[in-house]
Amino acid sequence: MDDIAIELHGIDKSFGLVHANKDINLKVRKGTIHGIIGENGAGKSTLMSILYGFYQADSGEILVDGKPVAIRDPNTAISVGIGMVHQHFMLVENFTVLENVMLGAEDSQVLNKGIAKARTELKRLENEYALEVNPDALIEELPVGLQQRVEILKALYRKADILILDEPTGVLTPAEADHLFRILGQLKSQGKTIIFITHKLREIMAITDEVSVMRRGEMVATRNTRETSVEELAELMVGRRVLLRVDKGEASPGDVKLAVQGLTVKDSRGVTMVDDVSFEVRSGEIVGIAGVAGNGQSELLEAIAGIRKATAGTVLLNGKSVDVMGHRDPAELRARGLAHVPEDRHHVGLVLKFEESENAILGYHHDPRYLNGVFLNIDAIRKDAEEKIAKYDIRPPNARLKTANFSGGNQQKIVLAREMERDPDVLIIGQPTRGVDVGAIEFIHKRIIEMRDQGKAVLLVSVELDEIRSLSDRILVMFAGRVVGERSPDATEGELGLLMAGVEGRKEAAE
Amino acid sequence: MDFFHVLVVLLESTIRVSVPLVFAALAGLFTERAGVFDIGLEGKMLGAAFAAGAAAAVTQSVWIGLIAAILISVALSLVHGYASITQRGNQIVSGVAINFIVAGSTVILGEAWFRQGGRTPALAEGARFQTISFPDADMIREVPLLGPIYADLLSGHFLLTYLAFAMVPISWWILYRTRFGLRLRAVGENPGAVDTAGISVIWLRYRAVICCGILCGFAGAYLSLAMTAGFVKGMTAGKGYIALAALIFAKWRPKNVMFACLLFGFLDALAIRLQGTPLPLIGQVPVQFMQALPYILTVILLAGFIGKAIPPKAGGVPYVKER
Repeated sequence: MDDIAIELHGIDKSFGLVHANKDINLKVRKGTIHGIIGENGAGKSTLMSILYGFYQADSGEILVDGKPVAIRDPNTAISVGIGMVHQHFMLVENFTVLENVMLGAEDSQVLNKGIAKARTELKRLENEYALEVNPDALIEELPVGLQQRVEILKALYRKADILILDEPTGVLTPAEADHLFRILGQLKSQGKTIIFITHKLREIMAITDEVSVMRRGEMVATRNTRETSVEELAELMVGRRVLLRVDKGEASPGDVKLAVQGLTVKDSRGVTMVDDVSFEVRSGEIVGIAGVAGNGQSELLEAIAGIRKATAGTVLLNGKSVDVMGHRDPAELRARGLAHVPEDRHHVGLVLKFEESENAILGYHHDPRYLNGVFLNIDAIRKDAEEKIAKYDIRPPNARLKTANFSGGNQQKIVLAREMERDPDVLIIGQPTRGVDVGAIEFIHKRIIEMRDQGKAVLLVSVELDEIRSLSDRILVMFAGRVVGERSPDATEGELGLLMAGVEGRKEAAE
Repeated sequence: MDFFHVLVVLLESTIRVSVPLVFAALAGLFTERAGVFDIGLEGKMLGAAFAAGAAAAVTQSVWIGLIAAILISVALSLVHGYASITQRGNQIVSGVAINFIVAGSTVILGEAWFRQGGRTPALAEGARFQTISFPDADMIREVPLLGPIYADLLSGHFLLTYLAFAMVPISWWILYRTRFGLRLRAVGENPGAVDTAGISVIWLRYRAVICCGILCGFAGAYLSLAMTAGFVKGMTAGKGYIALAALIFAKWRPKNVMFACLLFGFLDALAIRLQGTPLPLIGQVPVQFMQALPYILTVILLAGFIGKAIPPKAGGVPYVKER
């Protein structure tokens, strides 16, 4: 048990001015699950990409099974028994499972023989590790959980003894994640070594034997999982004490500010994405929409925000009807008291090439406050931006910096400051903390609760179930475009998980 | 019988004009399936036609002409490859640039070398491809129905014609039944999957681009060494673009590519046939309309009838490792 599978000595890597990995040392014991935790941008993925030969370290040494190896490309990594399951699956979507597993390990120039061999080998792996999947299914027709299984099979097919999983649970339902953990336990019991990368503390506690913490490109600590705690790890990750629970008082809901009735949205292919959804949001409450990504939450949000046309249904904003099926005008909705923090800040929320101050007024640039006749009043705009920077602790505090040069958390704060400072009646927020580090998450959550306490109606969409549970006063669960249930935030994760997977909801709808 | 005769003649010329389309569209199939869009088929074909005409005129050898065509076309492909794969440039700009450079330089070089207004000298019999007659073609022609089909439709074409149609199943086999094909299709859909499987994305795409060059070389050589006896300036006359249209129309599949090319070739043959002949009810149709028909047809059919043509997902996007 004390054999070392992987040993890293003094790994250093810079991308231009960004020092992504600083003198990293790491030992991973054979036959264990070793967690690596850290905030976004802490350098976890870079380190693993170096181990898999995707990038070259500027300096440092890698030992596999005690022998130094120069991993120049993924090919060398594969040949020394390292396999990787990427955060964004490296699968060809219109290929079959079999073709994806074979790719790069076909054996011969002509495929026939290779196919037969791959098929039997795949069958053997399926039986050995209980990883059933139809070899002739197309990837694009498989649910994400199975796609991930194909990635694991790909690594095993290449005889990997060391498996790296990069943020594997981000796309999974809680049930699928549990299943993955069982598979990993099985692989461990068969002697495989697993490196598990995540930013979720709970997962670390649930399945790892040892855990290493990264912060700002450095490896700050390695602990035995049994001898550490969530609090300690969080502190190590952030470098200071963090409040993991959101402090919030009782909600005191008032009048209905946003009423959605029978809203139906179809995408460009005519597929129904939002199916007859109805709900209300009152002033002074946060309604959270939980669901696995791709179950219609995004389209729902866009339809309410006036970006996407609905095919049926009504929306009442402050009691007055909004034309959801015909003419869409987000600017008009804004004027009527709706603020929208979009899910994808890079594509919808910000123009990354603009200065911070320009993004801070984007969409509100017709406001006379920012104008000098037909011209923009640059001084007023900068002054306004500087006030927001101070209030939202946006770093670096430079209103003239290009937005692309801010970190994810600070970019999100720019959007939040813009929308929240308009004093809206209704605030709709998509993925408030996607790609945002722990310190900023705490701040953003506090601001959202403050908005509620000021009497705003808040509609929150997030794929992070923890976030939904800690912020919401009521939780709606969406599955396949429908709201399949409403729960209080006290509902257990298991209960919500079943709804999110569409298991419970069907029964409920039938009743 | 007269209608039948007209039909055979029409189909025979359909085959004749389809050959460069088939070569060029298959050429496009290889690069585009690998994720490199190529609007420069036209330029490569033209460059190859010129090289073939010039080399054959100087050496009096059709084979040297053919080799010259392939070399020039592959060289142009590599330029496109260097710009779009290694330098990660815009693939459309690079393709258009090739088209312009070739259109101009073939005329300049042709005039400088041969002084015939941008033409290459007319080729003698030995310096161009000859048609191949099937055994007993003349005897069998007298057999009703099957005779003309055998003797006029199937027999009597150039070697390159048979090669073009043989390339259809061969291309299919390469793309769908070999390791190279599997990887090539994968790199056009998700280069990341290829890279993480330990295969070089760059080298794979270069090989695809070279395949394209070779096939465009055949297309060009056919134009100046088989269809006519020598190079004439601008002789591709938009065939490269028609081939691209056929490729999209065929949804990037080899068998469909052949049928699309035959359809466009048929329209072309029909346009030539109907020149100056008034049609019942409609009267005389301007020849330009018939020439525009393949494009109009592509737009109409793509818009509604054959469903959405989904290009390879990574098409047109240079591969950059995540970061």
